[in-house]
Amino acid sequence: MSERMIELEVLRYDPEQDEAPRFQTYTVPYREDWVVLDAINYVKDELDRTLSYRWSCHMAVCGSCGMLIDGEPALSCHTFLRDCPDKIRIEPLQNFPVERDLVVVMDDFMDKLESVKPYVVPKEEKNIDDGEYLQTPAELARYKQYTACINCLLCYSACPQYALNDSFVGPAALAIAHRYNLDSRDVGRSARDDVVASNPGIWECSFVGACSEVCPKSVDPAAAIQQTKIASTADYFMKFLMPWKRK
Amino acid sequence: MSRRPYVREISGTSWWLRHPRYVRYMAREISALFIGIYVLILMAGLFRLSQGEAAYEEFLAKAEGPVGMIFAIIAMVFAVYHSYTWFQVTPKAMPLMIGSKRIPGSFIVAAHWIGFAIASVALWMLAGDRI
Amino acid sequence: METINTDVAIVGAGGAGLRAAIAVAEANPSLKVALISKVYPMRSHTVAAEGGAAGVIKDNDDFEHHFHDTVAGGDWLCDQDAVDLFIHEAPRELMRIEHWGCPWSREPDGHVAVRPFGGMKIERTWYAADKTGFHLLHTLFQTSMKYTSIERFDEYYSTDLVVVDGRCHGVTAIEMRTGRVRFFRSKAVIIATGGAGRVFPFTTNGAIKTGDGMAMAYRAGVPLKDMEFVQYHPTGLPGTGILITEGSRGEGGILVNKDGYRYLQDYDLGPPDPWPRKKAMELGPRDRLSQAFWHEQQKGRTISTDSGPVVHLDLRHLGEAKINERLPMVRELSQSYIGVDPVYEPIPVQPVVHYTMGGIDTDIDSATCVDGLFAAGECACVSINGANRLGSNSLTELLVFGARAGEGAAKIAANGDAGLDGEAQDVAETAEAQVLALFRRNGGAESVSGLRRDMNEAMEAGAGIYRSEDSLKTCTGNMQEIRERYANVVLTDKSNVFNTDLIEALELGSMIDVAAAMACSAMQRKESRGSHQRLDYPERDDDTYLRHSLAHYSSTSLPAVKYRDVTITRSQPAERVYGGAQE
Repeated sequence: MSERMIELEVLRYDPEQDEAPRFQTYTVPYREDWVVLDAINYVKDELDRTLSYRWSCHMAVCGSCGMLIDGEPALSCHTFLRDCPDKIRIEPLQNFPVERDLVVVMDDFMDKLESVKPYVVPKEEKNIDDGEYLQTPAELARYKQYTACINCLLCYSACPQYALNDSFVGPAALAIAHRYNLDSRDVGRSARDDVVASNPGIWECSFVGACSEVCPKSVDPAAAIQQTKIASTADYFMKFLMPWKRK
Repeated sequence: MSRRPYVREISGTSWWLRHPRYVRYMAREISALFIGIYVLILMAGLFRLSQGEAAYEEFLAKAEGPVGMIFAIIAMVFAVYHSYTWFQVTPKAMPLMIGSKRIPGSFIVAAHWIGFAIASVALWMLAGDRI
Repeated sequence: METINTDVAIVGAGGAGLRAAIAVAEANPSLKVALISKVYPMRSHTVAAEGGAAGVIKDNDDFEHHFHDTVAGGDWLCDQDAVDLFIHEAPRELMRIEHWGCPWSREPDGHVAVRPFGGMKIERTWYAADKTGFHLLHTLFQTSMKYTSIERFDEYYSTDLVVVDGRCHGVTAIEMRTGRVRFFRSKAVIIATGGAGRVFPFTTNGAIKTGDGMAMAYRAGVPLKDMEFVQYHPTGLPGTGILITEGSRGEGGILVNKDGYRYLQDYDLGPPDPWPRKKAMELGPRDRLSQAFWHEQQKGRTISTDSGPVVHLDLRHLGEAKINERLPMVRELSQSYIGVDPVYEPIPVQPVVHYTMGGIDTDIDSATCVDGLFAAGECACVSINGANRLGSNSLTELLVFGARAGEGAAKIAANGDAGLDGEAQDVAETAEAQVLALFRRNGGAESVSGLRRDMNEAMEAGAGIYRSEDSLKTCTGNMQEIRERYANVVLTDKSNVFNTDLIEALELGSMIDVAAAMACSAMQRKESRGSHQRLDYPERDDDTYLRHSLAHYSSTSLPAVKYRDVTITRSQPAERVYGGAQE
């Protein structure tokens, strides 16, 4: 019995040699328990050492290996060959400039992440000796799902608003801002407003919801953004009705 | 020096054809157009009503004619689709919790459909002998 | 070659590197910190740690117990002054990161919760569901953004330390997107590059764990300490080696062989009931559990699969609710990667290389024998883990010793001067030339992937869970040969832009040096202790070997191994007692 083989059609790009990206096809063995990343590693180790891509943990927690698999943003370490056709199209993530082969330029996201002030602005200062900020399981549950973001950028790849306008702060950054806004220990919501509750922030989102559909960690950034819109709208009215109230 | 990041553009007009989820999104958005036109038709009807019975009867004849009815059916399909998609996403915008447990989204969606049914029946009854 | 002037250069942006960066920024905000990492910080392997971080905070616990658990768990190879410092700093560091927003799991009254973990008599492992490393890393990374004095250099692969006359003046690194080598001239350097699990073929470790920082310090004259001690985590998924956290046993999971028998009771870890019970059965230390597996395999009592022999980790009796609440990632990993739902079926598991206890020789302040050079985290060996690390001590270690490294580096940088311009520049340029020589080499016979595979196989065969004189002799011979073959490695990829063939070739060079240190240190230690087990020397020999091994680099031959006494303060070596035999 001959070994079953499948084909990977991979988008290549070396700026020192190529005018524009081009497809290259590789034939790799099929293994029942392999993911697409295993097939790509096979290509690099056995067929073509010039293929560049990012990967590390192989367990869907580091967020390195995001790419387009048959046009859909996915983690290559979490996409099983058994769920794919015999010919798989592999491309770098959409909506980011391509550096080399499957490696995209992520600078824009890193800047946006930093811009939303993704850290606790504490309600009260506490010394280490005073112990922990008390936080009940219910308070933890309020923001817990938004802590799960692995920064894999599949959401930015799926978002048509980001595709058409890259000044959009984007799903992951806004979800992480929401995570801090909901954390009972934090009072930084107003400090985040100028980036979050702005035109290129939440108001650029038209709730397509593709981000939440492709998110491998069920963070649901679309929900985070809509909730932030409601909170921000309420803030706006409160400014007139009850100007003395702090957010 | 040797870097040359390549930007892969997508079409501003046909991007939504790339995947069914974007087609569904565009359908949801375009529903607003049909609902908006129907609101204008209702407003025209009110205006005609203010101009007297003859004007109003003329308006009704056009609205209940073949073109009017086909448009009304299309608008209703889009309106129901709009309500469906709106109800589906409401739990995302308003997460309700009891202690550490989230109330399942399906409960919130179901509550909206029940409200929709009640409002529809009430309006139907108010419409009285026009039916 | 462009020079970037900075005050403190930190190589590695995982838990230890980020904590060190924040420590420098807080100690002295006027100091410039260059945080250099070959991957974006959130990709660092800290992210994959699951179970938790140990620190004494509950009323039923005390420092003496944490001290004794750690020292006994390390088979008395731990430096006890370092362990004392570690356990006292532990709760403070964990509390600090709570203040920074880490989403620790809580008790109903809002206090931080703790769970039982292997080898610990009293539960003290703080946890954030079963993704503690992920939450620690992201909390540290996002908190680091508060400090404007920290400048990140993401995707810069560090190649060499610049050392002149026993003093460190900085580090050279390749900017991966352009291929250009840069010299980071600094007054202090901290290495926090993680362990070297990728030396072995089956490991929980991600692609990036290639021991680069260990190799850099080693080549610069710092000995690598206790390299023979490599931990096999008892429960990795077959095939992928994906980690199934010890927390699953902390919550009550059991290990059974092909007869459904809880075999650990045959290896001085029983009796099996009552269960769960701390420091007994499946909550014994990792080295003993992995060794028990090896023995079961010899007896033919393991289950054969296409990915080798396995045993079963059974969580079914915990119930779906508890698994979803405490072990959601375990369930998800098991379902995705091997199609097993632990709510209904036991998970097949096998021992997998997980952690390198050994590393860069540092003292209690994270300082090395080279002035201005510090190291912290898995790449370093203080030693608090000794011959075998207890689960959940490592994440805490990143914070405690990362902070100490940062504080020490900040002091040096505040006092130091640039010094020795010309000579440091020469060393940096030599380093650059070596990288270019590898890049431009043509006509060699070796490929990176082929040579790497040979190294992996030789290490697994010669320096696995159980070793012998013969296996190690073969292994060290292989390492020497592989190092000679490395001189013939040729790159297929000749691009300057994001050349991963080059990076993998350099990583292979690091691994070969580290592997040689592991194999030689293992061959010299003629005793069994902790995770270093010899079939030909099955007993522990405190008279001769209550000492750390120190492997010294040679560019022409295998490393020479010397010894240094372990610091014993108040706990004399005794028998490691687990299971029912305790008190």
